[in-house]
Amino acid sequence: MSAVATARPGFLARRQRSYFLFIVPALLVVGAVIIFPWLFTLWMSAFDWKIGTTPHFVGLDNYAKLAANTRFHEAVGHTLYFTVLAVIFPLVLGTVAALIFHREFPFRGVLRSIFTMPMMATPVAVALVWTMMFHPQQGVLNYLLSLVGLPPSLWVYSPTLVIPSLVLVEIWHWTPLVMLIVLGGLAALPIEPYESARLDGASEWQLFRYITFPLVAPFIVVAAVIRTIDAIKAFDTIYVISQGGPGTASETINLYLYLQAFAFYNVGNASAVVVVFFALILALAMLLLYVRQRTKWT
Amino acid sequence: MSVAVIVSPAIMVFLWMLSLSLKNEIDNLAYPPVFIPSPPTLSNFVQVFADNSMGLYFWNSVVVSGLGTLIALLVGIPAGYGIARAQAHKLTVMILIARMTPALSYLIPLFTVFQFFGLNNTLTALVIAHLVITVPIVVYIMAGYFETLPKELEEAALIDGGSVWTTFRYVALPLARPGIVVGTILSFIFSWNNFVFGAVLAGRATRTLPAAVYNVLTFEQLAWGPLAAAALVVTIPVLLLTIVIQKEIVVGLTAGGVKGA
Repeated sequence: MSAVATARPGFLARRQRSYFLFIVPALLVVGAVIIFPWLFTLWMSAFDWKIGTTPHFVGLDNYAKLAANTRFHEAVGHTLYFTVLAVIFPLVLGTVAALIFHREFPFRGVLRSIFTMPMMATPVAVALVWTMMFHPQQGVLNYLLSLVGLPPSLWVYSPTLVIPSLVLVEIWHWTPLVMLIVLGGLAALPIEPYESARLDGASEWQLFRYITFPLVAPFIVVAAVIRTIDAIKAFDTIYVISQGGPGTASETINLYLYLQAFAFYNVGNASAVVVVFFALILALAMLLLYVRQRTKWT
Repeated sequence: MSVAVIVSPAIMVFLWMLSLSLKNEIDNLAYPPVFIPSPPTLSNFVQVFADNSMGLYFWNSVVVSGLGTLIALLVGIPAGYGIARAQAHKLTVMILIARMTPALSYLIPLFTVFQFFGLNNTLTALVIAHLVITVPIVVYIMAGYFETLPKELEEAALIDGGSVWTTFRYVALPLARPGIVVGTILSFIFSWNNFVFGAVLAGRATRTLPAAVYNVLTFEQLAWGPLAAAALVVTIPVLLLTIVIQKEIVVGLTAGGVKGA
């Protein structure tokens, strides 16, 4: 026993080293497919480089061009517009859905499973079905509008409606995730405050406003962080449904990036877009994490 | 009542997909729309497999997502264990950053490098690219799972003279099976659902299913029935896998974001 005890410190140090050996293979893979692409992107962004031509070093020229590029500015605007809508609606609807699913009712488990189905469905497959539903002549959505007496809509064929229409798909796709996160928060709520508040004659709305909401707020913020990161990166559905059109009406940063890189093979310029895009995502995530810290203290 | 209102849009889209896939083209383009296929036909499914090589693309997807997940498990399970036992939590911050980075931003450098090595249009390139998706999720899930395992058994094995490796292999690994199942399924689903890697890196014969459904079907024909049938073929495996891991999905989708919530 005492032999083990004296050998312990060296033991631990050696064990700690062995544990790091476990991580090495994964670190090599991550280094090759994740870290290296980051650094390579940063490097490429300093070159005037089209695939198949010789790269020329241009320093920060690609960034300067982006700063003056109105099409890029519009893409940033579209991205922010899309992101704000695609965060707020799923957050509100997902929270309402979580409150509904928090109660007991028959077939709750089955209905919850059905409600969460969209979340995992392959985005391209979902996007194709929505494309058919959005069709102005044969689409089922305009038929549904006509049933309730509303005029047909152009949906994704209208420059002003395309982003809200794409957000509709995003809402359908991702509200379940918000619901599940908030539901997790609701499940952890203590019972006591409700009992004493009810004794004091609090209404259902007051219970929600002053007890439930403050307690689940941190979960809603987590959902907001995840939703923001995902919405700002949205690509598959936009690419399949509208290709950034009509014109450039729904061209987000990601769509612009795709065109630069894989239609024009302008990798230098595209890499600069990636760096700016990443900085934007990082800034938004930081902002939300800061909000999250704040909500923890109050 | 309120439940019906929120659940119906979720199921409607899938039912409409099913309806489109089981109707002939005349009914699919009819207005007002025909909702119930009468009689239902499987000809759309026959067509996508016979004329659009859907079988080949399905196989490509199985190979790419399968190998991508297998490699991720091989490096990711030990890494998750190492992170959990060495308390190297800073490494999980990497997962958060990897999750925040748009997939397209990996694609540009990878495409350039694959071009240099002549790897574009090969399944090898696709498998390598898919590691961007599979490795972080497996590491994240496994690190979280190993954290929850009691350390006492492993301590006992180490004191009995077992090496760190044999302790991992014969004590921790068998206990981690539920975590491995979740990590495998999530990694497979995320990889299966990926579209851009296949769309950019694959050639005609090496496309994965989502890329093929988009490129082949939408460019060669605009018929709705086959398109819906193909969309269903892509989605069904994912929905089936989802049923297996209902509860754990949210952990995977929020990877890197939920810690400390």
